[in-house]
Amino acid sequence: MQVFANPARFLRIANAVIPWAWAIAVILLVIGLYGALVTSPADYQQGETARIMFIHVPAAWMALFVYGLMALLSAIALIFRHPLADASAKAAAPLGAAFCFLALATGSIWGKPMWGTWWVWDARLTSMFVLMLLYLGYIAIWQVVEDPFRAAPLARIVALVGAINVPIVKFSVDWWNTLHQPASVFRVSGPKIDSSMLWPLLVMGLAYTVLFLALHLTATRSEIAARKIRSARLSEIGAR
Amino acid sequence: MNSFTAIIKRDLLLALRQGGGLGPALGFILAVLVLVPLSVGPDQNLLQRLAPGIIWLTLLLAVLLTADRIFNQDLDDGSLELMSMHRMSLEGVAFAKAIAHWLSVGLPLAIVSPFLGFLLNLDVAILGVLLLSMVIGSLALSMLAAIGGAVTSGLKRGGLLITLLVLPLYVPVMIFGISVTASVMGPGRSLPSLLVLLAITLVATVISPWASAAALRVYLK
Repeated sequence: MQVFANPARFLRIANAVIPWAWAIAVILLVIGLYGALVTSPADYQQGETARIMFIHVPAAWMALFVYGLMALLSAIALIFRHPLADASAKAAAPLGAAFCFLALATGSIWGKPMWGTWWVWDARLTSMFVLMLLYLGYIAIWQVVEDPFRAAPLARIVALVGAINVPIVKFSVDWWNTLHQPASVFRVSGPKIDSSMLWPLLVMGLAYTVLFLALHLTATRSEIAARKIRSARLSEIGAR
Repeated sequence: MNSFTAIIKRDLLLALRQGGGLGPALGFILAVLVLVPLSVGPDQNLLQRLAPGIIWLTLLLAVLLTADRIFNQDLDDGSLELMSMHRMSLEGVAFAKAIAHWLSVGLPLAIVSPFLGFLLNLDVAILGVLLLSMVIGSLALSMLAAIGGAVTSGLKRGGLLITLLVLPLYVPVMIFGISVTASVMGPGRSLPSLLVLLAITLVATVISPWASAAALRVYLK
């Protein structure tokens, strides 16, 4: 981990990885979407609308995964004081928020024909909604506090307190109300979903992950560039 | 008298003599409780069903409304800077100020507002348990408000940001606070809900001083 803390080395590795990540993401997306839209059968109950699952479920996975990553990066930044970890966490936030929004929006579109309503205050929907609020709060801190060296420690606190909050919210809304179907892929007794639907789902999950890797590395790279520009401008003003 | 109680005493005196904390918050609660029957209609059964939820909601919003008072003033006039140079850690200062906020705003509101519930035809049978859950829950609300207040203390316009930051943290408190009374009204178990509410309050009390102090250090530098 300490190896990646050096921005120059990070940029070298990122520059080498990014084209590959994009290529793999596109290939996986094409395979996954082909499986999702063509080869997988329509659901016997839900019909063609069940295909929304292939967009919806991986987005929800990623929304949680990215928040976890953001919290981990924030913890690393807090403990080891690497500015790069802050930049990387900052770059991850809008991507996670986008995945979260995608999960909420597609879920809503899926909910209309299946449940007969765009939105219900069910446990999972509510916890996703709270996750969205946490993302927005985190992004807002970076927006409101202009000096990045001052915003970074505040953002770390927001991310870490939020990370403690996520499981508590999950637990409390489960207690509160449940309509959404329980998890059907990651179960102790094995997936409860037919393999013709499972493989496109897993490929899509992988595609989303690699896509996130590509986007995240690109965003971190531009964040580093933005900071360089900022400090160059400041020193230019100072020299005047 | 040690410095911890000194800070609490100072904040309570300030709240008492300056006013502005408890008064408007209480006015806010009263306004909502009067306006709800006017807006949803005077049906007694409906009001009775809504009463615990609305009382909890007003408490939550009232505490949120006063969150920016916990640290802002003391950061602006430099007294927080002075306190931070003291032997006591900044965590201790933050904890004392959060406790003072609870004693001056959260606790009085939690004690008074269940009785205002009679405006909404609150069931007398659940008054006791509502009071208990609000007294416990209000401590969590104050502790979490302190985190939001500290993170935004140095910002000029932190009001909306506090709401955005603290609202997700309030969700579990609200859910378990309400489920204590809901399970009394319906069939079920109110003790587990009460215990979970207590646990959440303790977790908030542990995290709050640490997070608030870390945020305050950013502005004190």
